[in-house]
Amino acid sequence: MTRTAPAPTRRPAVAAGGPVRQGPGHRKAAWAAWGFLAPIVVYLLAFYAYPMYRNLELSLRHYTVRSFVQGDAPFTGFANYLDVLTDATFGPALWHTVVFTVVSLAFQFTLGLALALFFVRNFPLSATLRALFLVPWLLPLIVSSSTWAWMLNSDSGVVNAVLGVLGAGPVHWLTSPDWSLWSVIAANIWIGVPFNLVVLYSGLQAISPSVYEAAALDGATGWQRFRHVTFPLLRPVSAITLLLGLVYTLKVFDLIWIMTKGGPSGSSTTLSTWSYRLGFGNLVPSFGPGAAVGNILIATALAFGLLYIRLQRRQDLS
Amino acid sequence: MSTPRRWWKTLIGLALTGVMLFPVYWMINVSFTRDRDMRRSPPSWFPVDGTLDGYRAVLDQQLPYLGISLVVGLGTVVLTLVIAAPAAYSLAKLRPRGGGALSFALLIAQMVPGIIMAMGFYAMYLNLGVLNTLPGLIVADTTLAVPFAVLILTTFMSGIPQELLQAARVDGAGAVRTFRSIVLPVSRNAIITVSLFAFLWAWSDFIFASTLDSGGDHQPITLGIYHYIGNNNQQWNAIMATAVVASIPAAVLLVIAQRYVTAGVTAGAVKD
Repeated sequence: MTRTAPAPTRRPAVAAGGPVRQGPGHRKAAWAAWGFLAPIVVYLLAFYAYPMYRNLELSLRHYTVRSFVQGDAPFTGFANYLDVLTDATFGPALWHTVVFTVVSLAFQFTLGLALALFFVRNFPLSATLRALFLVPWLLPLIVSSSTWAWMLNSDSGVVNAVLGVLGAGPVHWLTSPDWSLWSVIAANIWIGVPFNLVVLYSGLQAISPSVYEAAALDGATGWQRFRHVTFPLLRPVSAITLLLGLVYTLKVFDLIWIMTKGGPSGSSTTLSTWSYRLGFGNLVPSFGPGAAVGNILIATALAFGLLYIRLQRRQDLS
Repeated sequence: MSTPRRWWKTLIGLALTGVMLFPVYWMINVSFTRDRDMRRSPPSWFPVDGTLDGYRAVLDQQLPYLGISLVVGLGTVVLTLVIAAPAAYSLAKLRPRGGGALSFALLIAQMVPGIIMAMGFYAMYLNLGVLNTLPGLIVADTTLAVPFAVLILTTFMSGIPQELLQAARVDGAGAVRTFRSIVLPVSRNAIITVSLFAFLWAWSDFIFASTLDSGGDHQPITLGIYHYIGNNNQQWNAIMATAVVASIPAAVLLVIAQRYVTAGVTAGAVKD
């Protein structure tokens, strides 16, 4: 990586100091550099590494409320993981996580791309409208979640009122096991579209107009231009948008918890809501299994995160 | 493109925006609806014959929560900047050995799901005795913003011309002086972007608030709304009025700082 290139080569003042490149000037510069980094190094260790270590430790011991306070829980190895993996909730929770993530991403990306293509040619008011599209993404999740919960209320929600006018019977969006997962997915898509729109829009803007002119000279139609010019050129940005979306969507917790608490009867439980329920949602917390579920989730997120970083590196090089 | 065609697109754009923002409109509409009209079918589409009862309830019951959120948000901004700005300067301009590894660690840190951090913080805070305290919540909330802040600030500071910093060095300024009197003022825009997002994320945080501060005397607005939903399922005008008020920072941010917002959203994904 270019960032780790030795500093002196970039600094004439030190380079002019002669052959002794590891002289006191250099060492002083290194001290200064790490002095500025000291706060964040301490911070990362204390507030990222340590909580994650505690989380790992939680998952490897058998904790009760008492031993949680006293810190003398017995080491049980992978027992919590075994419990969790054989729990009847695990299969459905994993499946809901996959469905939630894949369906959300597919719709967010498609709608975001369609809107980005719509907005990329300026028209009167386009900048203002594009800004307004950001609102769902900026609202606190508790605000959007509770608004959606009320809109989807079985008896008094506006969605069922509209369906009633159209002659369809009321749907129990949040209280029926058949619908709850789809309801939270719909709300999540609404929240995620703006992010996809903004990122893909800036990706589209980075494509030079001359490419389109060349394509037009060659007689390409609108669809051909999209298929053979826009889409391939947008691929790096698309890949990163999808991967970032993936990492964010795997994390989604607030929305589901506020709208359905993962219910009814676990029908919208994902790994993150299950983890929260185990650790904090019950009267008697099971921190060990909760931490174990969390660690399974983080392993998944990190795997995709590493993929993202690799993709971005490749984009940097090209 | 001819003018009529462009206005036609504006119409479609308005329609799309209307559909997209319908839930926001509905939130506002419900916040003005009278209790007795709340369960009417069909619902009233416009807040004619509305009421301010919901907002009165906000003033009566939610002001302390809003105040706490403001404090937590500002505290998060300050702590985030104090940690992130020097780090970014070092990574961008002083480039120590091992800086690359640190940037990598920050990228990874961004991907850790909140629930894991919450559980780890809970265990840690319980032992330290800082559960249900504001400083504890502020520190936890900064983890939402610090990696992002370092990435944005590093990108920005890398663009500061080296000549500018060298001129300062020739004048005898050390690294600290250079940082304080040149790098920070020049990076104003990036610092604003970072501050806005840090504030918004702390203001919106639910998971840390509900795990680390649910038993506290000083709770943020996200918990205010959450208790509302849990306690009085009937008073939806009050719940939605609180939601409207809780949305104000996002709205203000969008109006006064739209270009910073867009810059922030795309920073992680698109390279210049």
